[in-house]
Amino acid sequence: MMIGRTVMEQSQTRPLSTVTTGDTVRLVRVEAGRGLNSRLASMGFVPNVAIRVVSNGHPGPFVVIIKDVKMVLGRGVAQKVLVR
Amino acid sequence: MRQLVVALVGNPNSGKSSLFNLLTGSHQHVGNYPGVTVEKKEGYCTYDGREILVVDLPGTYSLTAYSAEELITRRFILEDKPDVVVDVLDASNIERNLYLGTQLMEMNAPLVLAFNMSDLAKRRGLEFDLDQLSRLLEARIVLTVGNKGQGREALLDAVVQTACEEKKPRVHSVSYGSEIEEELARVEAVVRDREKELAARYGSRWVALKLLEQDDEILGKVGAPEVRNAVARSVTHLRSIFRDEPEIILADRRYGFISGACQETIRNSVERRHDVSDMIDAVVTHRMLGLPIFLLLMYVVFFLTFTVGGYPMGWLETLFDGTARAIHGSWPTGWPLWVRSLVVDGIISGVGGVLVFLPNILLLFLAIALLEDSGYMARAAFVMDRIMHKIGLHGKSFIPMLIGFGCSVPAIMATRILENRRNRLTTIMVIPLMSCGARLTIYALFIPAFFPPHWQGPVLWIIYVIGIILGVILAKVLRMTLFRGETVPFVMELPPYRMPTSKAVLLHTWQRGWMYLRKAGTVILAASIVLWAAANFPRPSEDALAGLDGDTVQQKTLQYSIVGRLGRAVEPVIRPLGFDWKIGTALIGAIPAKELFVSQMGIVYAVGSQGENSRTLRERLRANYSPLVGLCVMLFTLISAPCIATIAMTRQETGSWGWAVFQLAGLTALAYVVTLAVYQIGRALVG
Repeated sequence: MMIGRTVMEQSQTRPLSTVTTGDTVRLVRVEAGRGLNSRLASMGFVPNVAIRVVSNGHPGPFVVIIKDVKMVLGRGVAQKVLVR
Repeated sequence: MRQLVVALVGNPNSGKSSLFNLLTGSHQHVGNYPGVTVEKKEGYCTYDGREILVVDLPGTYSLTAYSAEELITRRFILEDKPDVVVDVLDASNIERNLYLGTQLMEMNAPLVLAFNMSDLAKRRGLEFDLDQLSRLLEARIVLTVGNKGQGREALLDAVVQTACEEKKPRVHSVSYGSEIEEELARVEAVVRDREKELAARYGSRWVALKLLEQDDEILGKVGAPEVRNAVARSVTHLRSIFRDEPEIILADRRYGFISGACQETIRNSVERRHDVSDMIDAVVTHRMLGLPIFLLLMYVVFFLTFTVGGYPMGWLETLFDGTARAIHGSWPTGWPLWVRSLVVDGIISGVGGVLVFLPNILLLFLAIALLEDSGYMARAAFVMDRIMHKIGLHGKSFIPMLIGFGCSVPAIMATRILENRRNRLTTIMVIPLMSCGARLTIYALFIPAFFPPHWQGPVLWIIYVIGIILGVILAKVLRMTLFRGETVPFVMELPPYRMPTSKAVLLHTWQRGWMYLRKAGTVILAASIVLWAAANFPRPSEDALAGLDGDTVQQKTLQYSIVGRLGRAVEPVIRPLGFDWKIGTALIGAIPAKELFVSQMGIVYAVGSQGENSRTLRERLRANYSPLVGLCVMLFTLISAPCIATIAMTRQETGSWGWAVFQLAGLTALAYVVTLAVYQIGRALVG
C-alpha cells in the first residue's frame, strides 16, 4: 500500500489534537522518535487505522478509541499524530 | 514423562495474572531475572500425570528491543524454548491483542491462545468462529475467565496436546506484500550465508525481519559487513517507496493480517456501548473535578486505614504486650536472664512493633487493590499526571508513592510499572519521604506528648504534607540534575471499568501485604537481634546494677552498651538540632527499623520498652524537651535514612548498592539540614 502524498491529501492532513470530539479520522503518520513511533504502532497506530476521538481534551484528557481499545494520550503526543 | 515448560505472555490488562494464579494456585515463586529488575514469576501445576512449569512473562504489547520486559520475554521464548507459549488475550479486543500473537507466530513459537475475560466479551455480544480462527492462526484457542476460575482444564488440555504434537512449519504466516518480501528474501539470503549461527539460533526469516525493523538487539549481534550493507540498502529502498520506516509498515501489515482473519471470524451482534463508561470518565478526569474527586477518594482511603485499622491494631498491641509480660513473668528460674531479655526486649519488641501495623497496611493495600481492579487507577494516573509532569515524573509514579504511605518496601517494588529508568530511579529515591506506617509509631508517641488534643490532628497532617512537599522538591531537583532527561510521553490504555472480584482483590492485597510480613520476619527480626545485642553489651558489672529496679537496670545497661556509647559519641553532631544523647541513642537503635525508635526511647528513659508505659514516657518527654524539639525529632525521622529493609529493596530494584547508599546518605543529609534549619529558626523565633 502506497502512502503517496498528493496535494489534496497533504492539505487535509492535520494533528490529532485538532480533531473535534466525536469525530473519527484515519491515521496518516506519527511524527515522533523511534521509540514512541514503535510503541504507538504496536498499539494499533498504523497508517489508515480509524481513530475515534472520545474527548478532545479541553477540559479533560485526550481520549481516543483505536482498535476497540480506549486510550489516553498525553500532551504533545496528540500533536504528533497526523490524521485526515 | 518429562516436565513441560509453559510460557505465559499477553498484553497488560489482559488478565494474565489471574490466569497464572488459576493455573498454579499457591505453588508460585517470584524472583528476579539476573541482572535486570524484571520480575520472574514461576509456578507449578500437575495435569494429566505431567508436571508443568508455568513461567509468567511480563505483560507487553509487542516484542521489540525497546524495553527490558520485551527483551526478557522474547529471549525466554527464543532461547529457553518453552514447550508451549500461551498468549492471553482480552477477548473483547482480539484485534489489538493479536498483535503480540503475530510476533509469536513469526518466532515459530508453539502457540495456544487463551481468549480471557470471555464472559465480558459474551455480554458485549461478541461471537467467535473459533474453528476457523484457530485454523487461520494455526493455534488452539480456549475460552477462559481467569478471575472466575473457568477454563483451566480446557487450557491445560490444549497445552498438553500442543506440546505433544509434532512441530510443523506455519502455512499462514503474515505476508508483508511484494516489496517487503523481496527485501526480506535478500536479507535472509545474506544472513543464512554470513551469520549461520544467528540463523540457526533464531531462524533466518525472523532475524531478517528484525534487521529490517532496525532492532537494536539483533543489529548488535550481527558482525558480518555484508549483512549490514544489505540491510542498509534494503531499508533505504523501503523508506523511499513507502515514505515511512519499515518498522511501521511491518506493524501495519501485521494488523492487516489480523484484520483479515478477524473479519471472517468475529461478529459483533451488539453495538459497542461506551456511554456509561464515557460518562464516568468525563467526570472523573474532568479538568476541574478530576483532582478534587481523586483527593476525596484518597482521604476516604486514609481515613478508613487509620480508623478502622485502629481496632485490630489495638488488639495486636494487647496481644504482644500480654505475651511479653507472660514470658517475662513466667520465665523458668535457672534459665539465663539475658535470653529472656533477648526474647522480650529484642524479638517481641522489635518484630511486634512492625506486626502491629499489619492491619493498617493490609487495609491500605486493600483499598489500592480495589481502585486498581475496578479500573479507576488508570484514570487517577492521568489526573495525577498533570502534577507529576511538572516535577518531571510520569502520572503512574503516584501509585508506588501511594503504597509508600503503608510501607516503602512494596512501594519500591511497585515502581516496576514505570518503564523509564530515570523516572523509576527518581521515584525510588523519593518514596521514603511518603511517611510510612513505621514512622507513625513515632508520631503517635510524640504528638500527644507535646501538643494539646485539638492540635494533634493538624500536626500529624502537617508532617505528612511536609514529607510530600519535600518529595516533590527532591524529585524536581533530581530530574533537573542527576536524572535529567526527556519525560516519557503519556500514552496509556484505559481499561473498561470492571466490577472487581473479591478473589482478585484479596489476592492483590495479600501479595503486597506478604512483602511487609516477610520484611518483618526476616530483616527486622535479624536487625532486632543485632540491635538488642548492641544495646545490651557490654554490660555494666553486677555491683553497678545492684539494688536497682528493672527499668533502671535497663536504662543503665543501655547507657553502657555499644548503642549507648554511640549515642553519646554522636551527641555533639546532633546537638545543633536540639537533640541530646538519649535521642541519639534511640535514633541509632531505629536504624534497622523505625518502629524500634519508640522502644529504645522507652528504655533510655527507664520506663521499659512496653507500650503501656507510654503515658509515663510522654510525661518524661514533655519534661525534658520543648515542643520544638519534639517537632524536630519527628521531622528528622520523617526525612532521614529509611530502614534497612527499604535500603535492601532499593538495592534490589536498582541493581546496585551505589543507589541504595546514595538514598541513605542523601536523605540523612537532607534530614540534617532541614531539621537544623527548623530548630535554629524555631529557637530564634520562639526563644
